[in-house]
Amino acid sequence: MEPFDNNCTLPVVPGQPVTAVVQRIEIHKLRHADNLILGFSIGGGMDQDPGQNPFSADKTDKGIYVTRVTPKGPAEVAGLKMGDKIMQVNGWDMTMVTHDQARKRLTKKKEDVVRLLVTRKGLEQAVKNAMM
Amino acid sequence: MDTESTYSGYSYYSGRSRGSHRHSERSRDRHSKSRSKDSSSRSEKNVTINAPPVEPLLGDQPPPPPGDDTQDDNWGETTTAVTGTSEHSLSQEDIVRITKDLEESVGLGCRRYLSLTLGLLLGLLVFLTPLAFLVIPQVLWPERLQPCGTACEGLFISVAFKLLILLLAVWALFLRSPRASLPRVFVFRALLALLVLLLVLSYWLFYGVRILDSQDENYQGIVQYAVSLVDAMLFIHYLAIVLLELRQLQPCFSVCVTRSTDGETRHYNLGQLSIQRAAMVILENYYKDFPVHNPALLTASKSRAAKHLAGLKVYNVDGPGNNATAGQSQSRAMIAAAARRRDTSHNELYYEEADHERRVRKRKARLVVAVEEAFTHVRRMQEEELKKPPGEVMDPREAAQAIFPSMARALQKYLRTTRQQHCHSMESIQKHLAFCITNNMTPKAFLESYLTPGPTLQYGRERWMASQWTLVSEASVTSSLRDGTAFLLKCIDFSLVVTTKGMPYIRLSEEFIDPKSHKFVLRLQSETSV
Repeated sequence: MEPFDNNCTLPVVPGQPVTAVVQRIEIHKLRHADNLILGFSIGGGMDQDPGQNPFSADKTDKGIYVTRVTPKGPAEVAGLKMGDKIMQVNGWDMTMVTHDQARKRLTKKKEDVVRLLVTRKGLEQAVKNAMM
Repeated sequence: MDTESTYSGYSYYSGRSRGSHRHSERSRDRHSKSRSKDSSSRSEKNVTINAPPVEPLLGDQPPPPPGDDTQDDNWGETTTAVTGTSEHSLSQEDIVRITKDLEESVGLGCRRYLSLTLGLLLGLLVFLTPLAFLVIPQVLWPERLQPCGTACEGLFISVAFKLLILLLAVWALFLRSPRASLPRVFVFRALLALLVLLLVLSYWLFYGVRILDSQDENYQGIVQYAVSLVDAMLFIHYLAIVLLELRQLQPCFSVCVTRSTDGETRHYNLGQLSIQRAAMVILENYYKDFPVHNPALLTASKSRAAKHLAGLKVYNVDGPGNNATAGQSQSRAMIAAAARRRDTSHNELYYEEADHERRVRKRKARLVVAVEEAFTHVRRMQEEELKKPPGEVMDPREAAQAIFPSMARALQKYLRTTRQQHCHSMESIQKHLAFCITNNMTPKAFLESYLTPGPTLQYGRERWMASQWTLVSEASVTSSLRDGTAFLLKCIDFSLVVTTKGMPYIRLSEEFIDPKSHKFVLRLQSETSV
């Protein structure tokens, strides 16, 4: 788990770049039969209905959120938590993608490791506490 | 063992609001019946039923004058000659004033005959005038008339048929039995009669000057003149239909009618009518919509009001001083004291009403059971049983009399609890029972007319307590209804308060929707596991 960077606040102002405190999470994919699985589920996307997302603070947020984490899976081991918003996957932006594009970015067969940038509520506070 | 007990009950009609000037009849129910312990065989019951003597309360009294609506203490002085006018209207219309002078001199009965004779004379004039126009030249100067062939014959036929159509139309529109007698003259009818008279007179005038004086030879012209008169009559009849029948069909007012004694309210939709015609429509609907007026139900609130007043006594300690201010301060002191007093009458009312409710329900249960049991004893005779001895075969009236005693007591008690006992007399109940048996009605159907008070019309005429009506209005009764018009229809025991509200002007605008613009998207929320 890498230390934190990009310290800024969460609220989304239309037209302005989104800034957030993020956490780097590196997940090593697990081989299960013929598939490489990560051990979590995603929801959200540009083509989805943002009002039904239970985890987002702002109900117009069309980002990708982690909806489930399988216990003892690679994601849980790496520190991913339910409700996290995924900002980047391996350098690719995930805040303005469709649901299917997000799924494709996460499940590339050639990659064994995915490096995510995730944000969640409480990260900013934790940063402030750590700095005091 | 036969037990015979005589049980006499008197109707407890005591709710009289205003003295004794009414002409309805009161009947005293007196009946004796026996209660038999064993109801299996009919021959052991002894039933003696005395028909109640019907006695008018104050002998033969003339109906109270309809114009009498002043205070009670002046009542004796204002019972003057019977007129049909309401003294409260302030109309100054000429037509109305003329007919009012006529009315005051001849009275109500003559007024009806006068209008009837006038109408008959006018009708005769209308029908005989074209025929006179046609016949007079043939009589006075037949040799000078030019013969006219088929054209005249065609015109004769058309005159005949148009007169026939006019006769049928007048019969349909005007010759119906009158439903009411209104206080003031019917303005539209008077105007139409005047119009017809003017038309006929002007035709006669022209006929006299142009045709009789100069002895015109063109007979076809004369016939066409007569035909034009009949055509004009038909058009006036069309105008009569529009004014008298069609104009008030479209509803544009909603009137709220409230009975002053118990607050029963109904709403009706009326078109453009004058106040007196609206009153007539409302009264016709009163008899079939409002439940019958029952003064016995109002005694409870009256006794409560009396108790309120009797609770406080005011003594003037300072001696007879200034009377005006003493009166005012006295009433204010009473109101203040009444407000401060810890009054428990609401408590009493609550428990009394709950108690009454329970009592009514208990009596009703007993009544229903008694009636159901009574109905099981009688059954329609089948065809195969014709060989039964004639003593056992009964017609409906006898069957009703046979089963009535077993339910009479329960019914009497129920009616007394709901204070309806004066609305139903013994023979009316038996008649109703015979009717129900004849028509194969169930006990529940028989009881329906006693469980809820029905509309006034369903009861006999003497129970209505609503036969002489007076229209009390601030505006003239021939003026038309307007938004906010209020008037009163007074009867002896109560009055109907009528208020009018106009229908709003409706502004309707349109919005066009392209059928191709109905497009939809799905609200997705998918979850993928990776």
